[in-house]
Amino acid sequence: MRAGVIVFPGINRERDMAIALALASGRKPRMLWHTETDLSGLDLVVIPGGFSYGDYLRAGAMAAHSPIMGAVRAHAARGGYVLGACNGFQILTEAGLLPGALLRNVSLRFLAMDCHLRVERAGTSFTGHFQTGEVFRAVLAHGEGNYYADETTLDRLEGEGLVAFRYAAPDGELTPASNPNGSARAIAGIFSPNLRILGLMPHAENLVDPVAGGDDAKKLFEGLAAAFTA
Amino acid sequence: MTVMPKPGVLDPQGKAIARALGHLGFGGVGEVRAGKVIELELAATDPETARKEAASMAEQLLANTVIESFSVAISQ
Repeated sequence: MRAGVIVFPGINRERDMAIALALASGRKPRMLWHTETDLSGLDLVVIPGGFSYGDYLRAGAMAAHSPIMGAVRAHAARGGYVLGACNGFQILTEAGLLPGALLRNVSLRFLAMDCHLRVERAGTSFTGHFQTGEVFRAVLAHGEGNYYADETTLDRLEGEGLVAFRYAAPDGELTPASNPNGSARAIAGIFSPNLRILGLMPHAENLVDPVAGGDDAKKLFEGLAAAFTA
Repeated sequence: MTVMPKPGVLDPQGKAIARALGHLGFGGVGEVRAGKVIELELAATDPETARKEAASMAEQLLANTVIESFSVAISQ
C-alpha cells in the first residue's frame, strides 16, 4: 500500500497516522506538505486530525481550499482512495468530497474520550477485516464532531449503504449516551458513493498498539493494507 | 456579511446563550441563534458589483451553505 499523509499547519495527528499505516502495511507513508500538488503513485491519501489553520472560520474551511486539495480532488476523481480522520473528515465535507457538515458537539464541550463504533458496512477496502454489526473501541477527541446533513441526504446515505460506522454502546445498542457528540443518526463515519473515500470522526490510528493502550482499531489499517496487496 | 446557522440546524451556542441569559434573570428570551459578522473592504465602487463579489466569496469560503445562510450589507 502506497500511502501519503497530508500535513497542514496545525495538524497534530500525522505521526500517529503514519505509525498506524506503516505498522499495518510494512511501508512508511509519504508525508505531504500542504503546498505539494503531486500525488502520483499513491493508492491512498490520508488527511489526519488536528487543527488545520487553527480551525479559523470553521474547522476544515481553510484547508479545504489549500493547494494540495486540488490534487486530492483529482486523485479522488481518478478513483484514488482517501481517508479523512477527525479534522480530515471536517476538511472532506468542507471540500464537498463528502456530504454534510460537522457541527459543534451538542454539549458544547471538547470531548476526549473512549467510544465504541459499530461497523455498518463490512466488505469495503476500509472495513474488509470487520463484520457488519461488529463493535470495537476507538477514541475521539474533537469539539466539532456532531454530524449533520439534511433528512434527504441522511436517507440517501442510509439507502445507499454509505454509513460506515455509528457510535454505539459496547453491546452495539444505539443510545443517547453512546452518541456523545449528538451526531445525526449516531453517524461516526461515511463513505463516498464509490466507497473509496472514508470520513471518520474518531481516531482509529490511536488504538493500533497495545503499548499505547490497545490495538482495538488496528483492523481498519490491516484491512486497508490487505486490500492493496490482494 | 452576516453568516447565520440555517433554520432547523442545531445551534448549541445559541442554546447555551439563552440558558445563560435565563440564569442572569432575563425573562422572556425565546430562541437565541448565534452567527458571525465578517467585515470586508472591497475595491469595487459599485454596490451591485461589491454585493455579487461578496456573495461569491460567501458561497466559496465564508459560509458553509450546508449549514449556514448569509446576507450582505453594503456601506460606502
